[in-house]
Amino acid sequence: MTEPRSVGPPARARLRAAGLTLPLVAFVGFSFLFPLGTMLSRSVYDPLVADALPETLALLEEWDGETLPGEPVFAAAARELETALGDRLAGRLGGRVNRVASGMRSVIVRGARAAAEAPAATARETLIAGDPAWGDPATWRAIRTAGERFTVRHYLRALDLDRDAGGSVVRQPEELRIYVPLLLRTLMVSGAVTLLCLLLGYPIAHLIANAPPRRARWLILLVLVPFWTSLLVRTTAWIVLLQTHGVVNSLLVALGIVADDGRIAMIYNMTGTLVAMTHVLLPFMVLPLYSVMRTIPPHFMRAASSLGANRRQSFFRVYWPLTLPGTAAGSLLVFILAIGYYITPALVGGSSGQLFSNMIAFHMQTSLNWGLAAALGGILFVAVGALYVVYDRLVGASSLRLG
Amino acid sequence: MSASGLRRRGAALALLAALGCSSGDGDAGSLTAVSWGGAMARAVNKAQYEPFEAATGVTIAREDYNGGLAEIRTQVDTGNVHWDVVDLETFDSLRGCDEGLLELMPDDLLGPGADGSAPAEDFWPGTITDCGIGRIFYSTVLAYHPDRFPGETPATLGDFFDLERFPGRRGMRRSPLVNLEFALMADGVAPEEVYAVLDTDAGMERAFRKLDTIRDFVVWWEAGAQPPQMLADAEVVLSTAYNGRIFNAQVAENQPFVIIWDGQVLDFGQYGIVAGTPNLEVALDFVRFASTPESMARVSAEIAYSPVRRSALPLVTTHRETGVAMAPHLPTSPENMGRALVSDTRWWSEHLDEVNERFSAWLAR
Repeated sequence: MTEPRSVGPPARARLRAAGLTLPLVAFVGFSFLFPLGTMLSRSVYDPLVADALPETLALLEEWDGETLPGEPVFAAAARELETALGDRLAGRLGGRVNRVASGMRSVIVRGARAAAEAPAATARETLIAGDPAWGDPATWRAIRTAGERFTVRHYLRALDLDRDAGGSVVRQPEELRIYVPLLLRTLMVSGAVTLLCLLLGYPIAHLIANAPPRRARWLILLVLVPFWTSLLVRTTAWIVLLQTHGVVNSLLVALGIVADDGRIAMIYNMTGTLVAMTHVLLPFMVLPLYSVMRTIPPHFMRAASSLGANRRQSFFRVYWPLTLPGTAAGSLLVFILAIGYYITPALVGGSSGQLFSNMIAFHMQTSLNWGLAAALGGILFVAVGALYVVYDRLVGASSLRLG
Repeated sequence: MSASGLRRRGAALALLAALGCSSGDGDAGSLTAVSWGGAMARAVNKAQYEPFEAATGVTIAREDYNGGLAEIRTQVDTGNVHWDVVDLETFDSLRGCDEGLLELMPDDLLGPGADGSAPAEDFWPGTITDCGIGRIFYSTVLAYHPDRFPGETPATLGDFFDLERFPGRRGMRRSPLVNLEFALMADGVAPEEVYAVLDTDAGMERAFRKLDTIRDFVVWWEAGAQPPQMLADAEVVLSTAYNGRIFNAQVAENQPFVIIWDGQVLDFGQYGIVAGTPNLEVALDFVRFASTPESMARVSAEIAYSPVRRSALPLVTTHRETGVAMAPHLPTSPENMGRALVSDTRWWSEHLDEVNERFSAWLAR
């Protein structure tokens, strides 16, 4: 009788405490995990074609994939396409098959129209009269592929792979390999930006952390003002500064450092991307560094030198290790934000301005191929996750301090 | 009305809107029209929204977007449609129609032309699609600042690719759209054969080979505002650009830019109606109203884009703000149509995914 009473209140208190986090858990589940899950499921699951052409696809399972399928397959396809046309599904079907093989959209739609409007003696003649491509086994292979309810082809595509007619995995032809090179470039750019932010941000954070409070407030403000400025305004400002006849080049010419016809290309190339992105992301490095440095008592360094360390030793053996949590947090923040950046590089990066996220945006907004967009996002997710694991092994995630 | 009364009324309206009711009071209804922002939205507002409100008593809520179908798709998928009429790029209108995101346009929606011709004759071929009614033609043209060419000046599309006679950097949009067409026409392909050639592997190869010749001298732009800026700042000597942007720089900023109309590639925008809108009748009324030749001509008095109805072109006279005669600035004026190509959006809607991958790979090489 006494035992439950002594356990009761703490348990209830714990429960109540846990209850306080419920809104947060619900919010995270609703606004983050659920959309993430549905989006990722799109990358492997697409029932549209399978639902619209069940009979045709069932018959195609028996088919060898080389010769033209027989009349029963044509008849089933004609019937199901006609229904799809009536349900306003033909265009959507065509769009799905078109993702497997370019040019298929109109083949499907014309076939559906022919089946509805101009049936010939046989279904085969009907469809081929609608579009001659119905007489090509490649069309049927594309339909069969698009009809997979569960598929890995978006992931294959996202890794510049494809399946050949026999079904084995092969690399895409060279002129279509784009996602892997872009992913590598994106990781490299993000790494370089992180390094630049660290090199620039470390001394700034140190300066602010050790300045008298009044001056520190002003310095923090200076870091934050660009942070509060619109992204496009900042980007445009860099264009004004860095372009061929821009402020920096004109200054260099006026000072006689470069010749008028030898102006330096500083924008619409990788330099522009790095400069603009570093500027945009710098506050994310400075703030965590600053919050860690502020907690390091200045007498630690004095103690180090009184024990005989020179300035370099006391920095590398005392100060630097103490700032590691801030360095790690800032680097991780900057790196992950940089991976998702695409507007700034697109505006100032010239031919190198296309990064991985541009392709995700393209497939989200323009091509509406959300399956592929989700697969690309999934790959980015895995890449970042892998980096985090490596980071955890090297530095230890528990040392992370976000401020 | 007191401030609190206003607030209460505002809250009541918001509640009604949230419940999906059109506001009661027996008024003529309301409509949410979505346009591109900036000069385009101002033009449509002056030329079409305001006159429609005055004529019918309907209240139009104006919204801006940046193209694409992501918002429309979300609204339709979640059954929470609050956009009605949208200014669409044809590309989006075709895909949106396929995906069932847009309402089908009834066959008898449109009235006759200013000369009494049937709508099918009066509208430029292809500008009426299942879910979209053509609004305006805009064009990608070549433009330059005369100061960069004190001697001989470029005059043709071929000159854009001629680095010997016209050295210097060129601006081009970072997209395969339009650029492949430019490349083939500059390589001697007649406009009417461009898409037949692009349809073959050899033709695609040919287009990229032509782009290869100027690749190292291209500054790639992303936003339509960039080319006039790059021309003014001497970042490039020649650039592809939207004709409306160049016109704006000419009349509003007194820039002496010159447009080369030779080889221009025209695109048209359309009105589309979001599938499942509760305001379908009013939306159709608006599209009918905005598709009269007179209404189209009013748009062209605001901004240098051509009406897609042939009979509306003669109704366009001068720019409303500056009084400049519009004819020389409109893409479809006969004097600008010497060698011109209307972009085949249907072709692009089938091939863009693959071509875009190829273009990105080419760019990253």
